[in-house]
Amino acid sequence: MSSRHNAALALLTAILFVAVAARYPQFASAAGLRDTFDDTSILILLALGQMLVMLTRAIDLSVAASVALTGMCVALINQAMPGVAMPWLVLSAALLGAVLGAVNGLLVWQLQIPPIVVTLGTLAIYRGATYLVSGGRWVNSGDMSPVFLSLVRERWGGLTLLSWLAIAGVLLTACLLRYSAAGRSLYAAGNNPEAARYVGVDVGRAQCLAFVFNGVLAGLCGYLWVARYAVAYTGIASGFELTVIAACVIGGVSIAGGSGTVLGVLLGCLFLGVIKNALPLLAVSPFWQMAVSGAVIVTAAVLNAAGVRAPQRQRILEN
Amino acid sequence: MTDEARPSQPVPRTPWRKRLLRWEVFLALVVAADFALNVQLSPYFLSTETLSDVSFNFTEKALVALPMALLIIAGEIDISVAATMALASVCMGLLATTTASLTAIVGCGLAVGLLAGAFNGALVTRWRVPAIVATIGTMSLYRGIAYGILGDRVLKSYPPAFAFFGQGYVAGPVSFELLLFTLAAVLCALYLHRTEFGRRLVAIGCNKSAAEMAGVRVNRYRFWLFVATGVTSAAASVLLTSRLGSTRPSIAQGMELDIISMVILGGVAITGGRGSIVGVVLAAILTGLAIFGLGLINVPGVVMSLLMGALLILIVGLPIVGRRLRWIHV
Repeated sequence: MSSRHNAALALLTAILFVAVAARYPQFASAAGLRDTFDDTSILILLALGQMLVMLTRAIDLSVAASVALTGMCVALINQAMPGVAMPWLVLSAALLGAVLGAVNGLLVWQLQIPPIVVTLGTLAIYRGATYLVSGGRWVNSGDMSPVFLSLVRERWGGLTLLSWLAIAGVLLTACLLRYSAAGRSLYAAGNNPEAARYVGVDVGRAQCLAFVFNGVLAGLCGYLWVARYAVAYTGIASGFELTVIAACVIGGVSIAGGSGTVLGVLLGCLFLGVIKNALPLLAVSPFWQMAVSGAVIVTAAVLNAAGVRAPQRQRILEN
Repeated sequence: MTDEARPSQPVPRTPWRKRLLRWEVFLALVVAADFALNVQLSPYFLSTETLSDVSFNFTEKALVALPMALLIIAGEIDISVAATMALASVCMGLLATTTASLTAIVGCGLAVGLLAGAFNGALVTRWRVPAIVATIGTMSLYRGIAYGILGDRVLKSYPPAFAFFGQGYVAGPVSFELLLFTLAAVLCALYLHRTEFGRRLVAIGCNKSAAEMAGVRVNRYRFWLFVATGVTSAAASVLLTSRLGSTRPSIAQGMELDIISMVILGGVAITGGRGSIVGVVLAAILTGLAIFGLGLINVPGVVMSLLMGALLILIVGLPIVGRRLRWIHV
């Protein structure tokens, strides 16, 4: 059933792509494709992380704020100590992200506070922390070391490091979810927590693990964002968490947990990426782009819901 | 042996210790503590003018928090309320540039809210989209339309009488906003706690399928709740626009999270089925006092949000921690 959904989404993306490329051939050129994929890479990585969280019947609204906080920290370190080698910097970003994700995960697991409440709180906390850490100042491209900025733009085989990271993320997540017990336990925890408990899956631990993975990806994307856009300030990625959730929803990940495919999420991100990159070409004012995204999300949600049979009996037993 | 043979038992009174441990009492204590803190922060705090100013801080959000609380108790959520406020404000602003009357302008705003709420309701009931997903989509859609129509312009040509809603006083220090909120709070409290419709909402929130099978028209309640939330958002938009005197498409940005935080702080369970309006009103007062107090010591807005986020987690987590550590036997 999900394969039918993915096929429909792929077809829709292809139609949209062809429609724009017919009018603007440079959109379909190799350079155009590369640029579109590059632009969508951060969204892909964040959506993969969000997917892991949504599979366990949770949600993470604080992911954009995590990106901002880790990105700002890494940028400040780079500004103060330009000699620090890049691998250490990227690793520390990922580690900081893991800590931020662990805070979310532990609050959900140990204190059993609903994930939406936890991440509503940490959304504000991490964003405020970004302001406090930076003192309200911006870190501009002139403050960043050359290697900091050039690392994301290095090309191997035509694609940038950023694009390769997105591809690696897709493959790793797909393998994790299909071939590892931890990955399968995420599906179990989200689909029917009671049944999962009886089978020996610790639902809270699965959710915590998902939040930590999501945090690592958010930390990584913190560096990637700041390096790609060559600026760090309190408000970066503001509101981006909703784009990430939208990409997951369009990709067929259920908000009630337990179902979703990596391919679907990838297609959802590409769909949103094509729209985002096509709109300027079609001379649609940037002010209307939000409305177009909103309409797309609503339509995708309606189509997704239409394909789901109401699992009435299951919900009664669970409640 | 029949039941009539046994004498009826008197209804046992809740022991006073259990009464004290209720969420609303806890909140009231925190409100009192924050009030005392604010008095420490500034000698001017206890004047009626200051207290009246504090009320402006939270009445618009608190007004929307009332139907939002009903919605969350019924097991739904609406993240598009701030976007509805923006759209209503933009439409009112556009109408105000013509020679429309005050009633027409306000009516237009409320109508926009009604349509927005109805669309949300249709998505959730008719097309069975989960509320959180539907309202994330409509949030982008409504805010996007507001941006698309207005771009980076500002609408300022409201008639002078329009300013009464957000800036006018009804009797002494009591503002129109505060009066409207008080009336709405009383109505909501009566609806939820004293009518059968309110009880059915709680039933829907506890177990939707069971309520459906017990004969409750679940979809009808959900639809009209979304409509009510939309109309109330538009009313709050009238108040906010009138207070600010202008319309930008970014108006009320981020307010939806403040409103939802207010509702959760008020003791409403996010999963539905539990909560009281008294709690939500207390949470609204607490939020207003806290933000006002923080403003007195010049805390920047982002840090205010940080503290409110921490407060939210603390207040929701504390009873759970207490129960675990056996401080509370509930």
